[in-house]
Amino acid sequence: MKKILFALLFSLACVSQAATPLPGDSVLQIDHVFTSQDAKNFKLVERRGKPQLVAMFYTSCKYICPLIIDSAKGVENSLTPAEKNKLSIMLISMDPARDTPEALMYIVNKRKLDTKRWTLARTDESGVRTIAALLGVRYRLLSDGEFNHTSALIMLDAEGRVVARTETLGNKPDPQFLAAVKKTRAPTGKTKQK
Amino acid sequence: MRKFIFLACFISTASLAGGTYVRIPAGEFTSVLKYEDNKGKQKMSAFEMMKQPVTNAEFLAFVKKNPQWQRGKAPKVFAEPKHYLSHWQTPLILGAKVKPQQPVTQVSWFAASAFCEAQNARLPTWNEWEYTAAADAKRRDARSDPAWRESILSWYSKPSNTPIADVGKTPANIYGVQDLNGLVWEWTEDYSAMLVSADNRNQSDPDKSKFCGASALSMEDKENYAVMMRVAMLSSLEAVNSTSNLGFRCARNLP
Repeated sequence: MKKILFALLFSLACVSQAATPLPGDSVLQIDHVFTSQDAKNFKLVERRGKPQLVAMFYTSCKYICPLIIDSAKGVENSLTPAEKNKLSIMLISMDPARDTPEALMYIVNKRKLDTKRWTLARTDESGVRTIAALLGVRYRLLSDGEFNHTSALIMLDAEGRVVARTETLGNKPDPQFLAAVKKTRAPTGKTKQK
Repeated sequence: MRKFIFLACFISTASLAGGTYVRIPAGEFTSVLKYEDNKGKQKMSAFEMMKQPVTNAEFLAFVKKNPQWQRGKAPKVFAEPKHYLSHWQTPLILGAKVKPQQPVTQVSWFAASAFCEAQNARLPTWNEWEYTAAADAKRRDARSDPAWRESILSWYSKPSNTPIADVGKTPANIYGVQDLNGLVWEWTEDYSAMLVSADNRNQSDPDKSKFCGASALSMEDKENYAVMMRVAMLSSLEAVNSTSNLGFRCARNLP
């Protein structure tokens, strides 16, 4: 009996640990299913626990999107190895019709993105609208299949709260944004979370 | 016999309360929004739209079924705690000042989308909304009629602190849809896609890198202030915002 009780208490403790609600301002609350370049389905809440750099793009984009990848790489390259290891980078496609996992993988290979750190993800139309709204990205599909969209890099802390945002793109990172990226630590770090 | 048919029609019309959908036929349409890539011309497919905006009573039933959308429970990333359903007496009681048949307001775009998705529908696109709202009782496109424009503008000039009327009090348009003009502002699915931002509204040189695939927007029909005001208002919003005169209705593709 005691054993059972203990097991029960133990499982309860585990449940409450796992169910610590996300903060109200966490964008990881989005309930839609995402799919990565290796065709794995996930929800954003599974990415809780590590600060991440997020942006929206689409693979057939000729103009700004390569620059979005360059910009994220620019941030990555400005970090120390230790800082790099604490960061994840996720690019979310706004083109669910064409951006299959294969299309995402093509970009991963073409741009030589390190999948230890980088995830390229897709979701359905409703997911795209919702994540774009959460990230403050505005977009419209044009008649030629391109998108008109705002471009931004967004830094999320380990709980998925937006801590910094920049619309300055290029190889050389926006200094204020870079400083915010460096400051954002995982919750296990010694620095206290905001 | 004729009397009987008449009666049957009458009953079926009377039962069309809010929450029922009306079929909007396909057609061609020139949006007031003119982009470089479409010049305003739109081919519209047939779809269905709610006859009336969603009411307080309907939204209350939704939050009872979906507690995560109750005031106080909805994460603040989806709805501003200060404003979301703030006019209701409690999260589950409308109270004396709020009538069940008034359109629900103080709802964020996220909450409105969730309501529609819960009934396998979605918010209408801007084009669908504008296309349907261009009709009056007799014409599918009444927009060139100065009297029609005047009637819409006269609603704008009403002070916004007067209580909002119940749904279903304005005349139905040719499709049988009510309250598109003259009751509340309404969310659209792609409200944020209109890209009329402070930066490009002046049409000079918007920050080119801010908009990828830059396709400038201009207004097709500069006389149509009523619609332009709606566009300006919607594009100034964030999806988390809610206001005291902004509601919504749902739309869906044909089965």
